[in-house]
Amino acid sequence: MMRVSAKRVVGRGAVIFTALLLVRATCADVLPDDRADIFYSKYSGGGMDITGESALVRKKFTENFAVEASYFVDKVSGASIDVLSQASQIKDERKQKSATVEYVHDKTTYTASIINSVERDYKSDTGSFSLKQDMFGDLTTLSLAFSNTNDTVGENNGTAFVPVIDWLGHAESRSYDVDLSQILTKNFIGGVNFNVITDQGYLANPYRSVRFRAATPTGYSLASQTYPDTRTSTAVQMEGKYYLPYRAAITASFRYFRDTWAIVGNTYELDYTHPISNIWILEGRFRYYKQNHANFYNDLFDYASEYRFEARDQDLAAQDNYTLGAKATYAFLPNGWKIFKRATVTFDVSRIAFHYLDFRDIKYYGVANGYQPGDEPLYQFNATVYQIYMSMFF
Amino acid sequence: MPSLKRSIRWAGAALIAGAGLMSSACSIQPWVKPYERDRLADPIMAWDRDAISSAYLDHIRESREGSRGASGSAGGGCGCN
Repeated sequence: MMRVSAKRVVGRGAVIFTALLLVRATCADVLPDDRADIFYSKYSGGGMDITGESALVRKKFTENFAVEASYFVDKVSGASIDVLSQASQIKDERKQKSATVEYVHDKTTYTASIINSVERDYKSDTGSFSLKQDMFGDLTTLSLAFSNTNDTVGENNGTAFVPVIDWLGHAESRSYDVDLSQILTKNFIGGVNFNVITDQGYLANPYRSVRFRAATPTGYSLASQTYPDTRTSTAVQMEGKYYLPYRAAITASFRYFRDTWAIVGNTYELDYTHPISNIWILEGRFRYYKQNHANFYNDLFDYASEYRFEARDQDLAAQDNYTLGAKATYAFLPNGWKIFKRATVTFDVSRIAFHYLDFRDIKYYGVANGYQPGDEPLYQFNATVYQIYMSMFF
Repeated sequence: MPSLKRSIRWAGAALIAGAGLMSSACSIQPWVKPYERDRLADPIMAWDRDAISSAYLDHIRESREGSRGASGSAGGGCGCN
């Protein structure tokens, strides 16, 4: 009944959203420059190494119409602790393709895109549409977006080199965004982003398990996780960007998140950007994130199938993390060359310290070295993320 | 589930408010004139200078945190490992 009612509300929203497409504006907007990007990334931490390579091309065919395409490949080796504690090493690859078309009419920008992501045990297709409108003398920009994602979830019960995939189910996700950006003074711009996501279907992570007390040599046994088959989340982010008295910018943002799994998360970010002539742009940032655990999460259940829904996925545990990041962009063609208006190369490094408040390290600690189930040290790890990319504007 | 209805109602209300705002676009005189926006037009004042990098960082975070949304697109994939 609730689901039917929700669908009706969504249906009304869709009608209003369609009506918005018919709104005519009276001023003109422009599309950004053509660009091409080549991107390389590396993530190391928590027992995992992930390298990513990507290419993006964006081209305007008229002053009103542009097309963008991107291709991304992730290569994963190793596995996070909650996978490694019960399974073998993992090697995997994810390939993501996306295509976007953008059309500007007066002050309105229409964008439609599709994303296809394939791993051998996971397939995901997303379609999205957004509408951006400049208004009030271009002081205000309002964006509305909707996306629909269909996932097919599998589990590799073979090996990394001889995979045997069991397909477990499907999940559907719908995302609704309303973003507002507002020029407040000559030096200050503010923004509010509101997002609702609804999920339905197979939402569990098949590679992670719950553990419960049992008369075994380790003092516990493992069992499959059982998640609810629906989830709805709401997130609101407020941000402000200020141009300092000298040529530099400072950005502060706060995001509040909550969902129907009782997770409440708060994110704080601070960013400082400092250019040096027209050659360098340096950026430093700090981020702090904190969440409580989902209401069906437990590090150690008392017995098998104690509750209807059970999880021990580290993403759902109470946790906090700190990120320190630095980025340097070097303009090696600041005044252009041939068809290129300018070109830049960027190096970005982030260090993230993860701390779990009710997720214990059972890989390295246990009965064998004097720790009873539930008394193992809390898990923590550090990760480093490197990114290097070249952007050419033409 | 009541939260689902409440969230969708909020989204609907925001969409209606957006329709109202759009229908009155460009009818208000700007208090920051176009010729006063040189600082705001500086690339260092862009919300997101490198979308491909932001999307990558969002994907990493969403694979390890319970929170999601309201911070740009995160791409697809499960981040199961």
